[in-house]
Amino acid sequence: MLPLATNTPLGELPDLLLPAIGQTLQMVGVTMAIVVALGTPLGVALHNSARGGLFPRPKLNAVLSWVTNLGRSLPFLVLMASIIPFTRLLVGSTIGIWAAVVPMTVAGIPFFGRLVENALREVPREVTDVARASGGSTMQIIWRAQLSEALPGLVAGLTLNSIAMLEYSAIAGVIGAGGIGFLAISYGYQRFDTSVMVATVLVLIVLVQIVQLSGDFAVRRLKRG
Amino acid sequence: MIELTDLTKIYERGETRHAALNGVSLQVERGEIAAVIGPSGAGKSTLARCVNMLDRPTSGRVVLDGEDLTALRERHLREARRSIGTVFQASSLLSRKTAAQNVALPLDFLEVDRAQRDERVRELLERVGLGDRGDAYPHELSGGQRQRVGIARALALRPSVLLSDEATSGLDPATTKSVLAMLGQLRDDLSLTIILITHEMDVVREIADRAALLEEGRIVEEGRLEELMRDPASALGSSLLPHPAAAGAEAGRDVWQVHYVSDRVDPDWVGNLARDLDAPVALLAASIESVGTDPVGRATIALPPRDPRLVRDRLAAAGLHGELVSNPAAPGQEPLPNVPAGALSEAA
Repeated sequence: MLPLATNTPLGELPDLLLPAIGQTLQMVGVTMAIVVALGTPLGVALHNSARGGLFPRPKLNAVLSWVTNLGRSLPFLVLMASIIPFTRLLVGSTIGIWAAVVPMTVAGIPFFGRLVENALREVPREVTDVARASGGSTMQIIWRAQLSEALPGLVAGLTLNSIAMLEYSAIAGVIGAGGIGFLAISYGYQRFDTSVMVATVLVLIVLVQIVQLSGDFAVRRLKRG
Repeated sequence: MIELTDLTKIYERGETRHAALNGVSLQVERGEIAAVIGPSGAGKSTLARCVNMLDRPTSGRVVLDGEDLTALRERHLREARRSIGTVFQASSLLSRKTAAQNVALPLDFLEVDRAQRDERVRELLERVGLGDRGDAYPHELSGGQRQRVGIARALALRPSVLLSDEATSGLDPATTKSVLAMLGQLRDDLSLTIILITHEMDVVREIADRAALLEEGRIVEEGRLEELMRDPASALGSSLLPHPAAAGAEAGRDVWQVHYVSDRVDPDWVGNLARDLDAPVALLAASIESVGTDPVGRATIALPPRDPRLVRDRLAAAGLHGELVSNPAAPGQEPLPNVPAGALSEAA
């Protein structure tokens, strides 16, 4: 009779874990790069199209806000499953790292957009007034006053978002995305491999701690007074 | 010179329309310091935002050295705005930039080359007495120092008009005085036109040449400081130079409040009055100061009952406005016990 559970010997764990960690970091890294590139303008637009912003456009604001909420309203697993046709269209596959990046990005952009909007809202209104009175153009004001003053808040948001993406990458393991999450599900869950299960949990804990601690450190360094 | 003509600003929120400014006109000559004072909610900050065109007025014009800012489109407005420097309320510095970087902000926006910019920033910081604090971050500076950085930043593009929007509120009296002294010095050195928006009467008294009282979006009174102080009917004048609290008068004496209305009042008018009326004149309180070169003042005097018309005439001849009051104490206080009922009825 076959044993119900086979525990991978400790000596073989690194061979399983290291490539998985690499894949996870790759998924999160690529996703975050796209999320920052597209979520930042979204957040800036959300903030500045609102009343009291640099270019108040109540209708545009309502539309942006609605779309952003839409992206945030589905649980990640449901979102991932529901946009499979879109994912296939974009990357030609529904499994693997790149197939996971698509739903992660779709979920991450509206999330980061809201985080950017919040960070900008924390910047005193006078900062924008000062920049306008100093003769800044819209782009100059956004870059050199608003985003520059919001930097600590933006980095805090980036930290939060990266950790969420780490979590999503593990969920994406369900559709065979690879990475730590895939390892945890295929070995730890489906094969009752306790040693892999424990190892993946530890790796995730360590990764989250590293991201959070370095994020906190950066925020402290960026703040002045 | 900056000229505001019939400025109106109406805010609409759904069904309700609120006129924050309701036909404000004001003219400030080059090198003049004009203060706009008013209670909170009078429309002061709206006025400030319309002067530097952060908000467009609903109607009316802002004309700066002959150029109508209200007629400009946003792109040109950005250029025109550079000739108005704004000093904001304290703590309006960018917290993540050093004092020097804050001062450099308008120059950076204009894309002035680095060497020129650094030279100008050094010059500005020196002018506001912070030559050695360029590398300090705002949280490392005192409130007064931060405000000086704000002034230096406002001056970066050599504006002809400086708008100070509650620049001294929140500062302690000594710091307020030093910041105001600096504004006065800058006016003298650069012949700046300065508009001070404030709720502090002390600020107006300290530095303004001209004052306007803003109430419910309207300028209800406006004039040169000494004119306001010499006008017995002026509410602003009375706030600027209130009647000092007077000592109690001797029983049976009439108490008069005297107001300087002329710029030529003989310093010895009390003695002259006593001689003219052939009566002892007791000085119960007086506050006399000079605005510019000429004296302005208030006094409370007591004298034996005389024909009020005669006293008034004598005072008028001396450049003074006199008013017979029942009681030298401030209104609302109990009448002093030594003022007899007769004096009260005579005043009525």
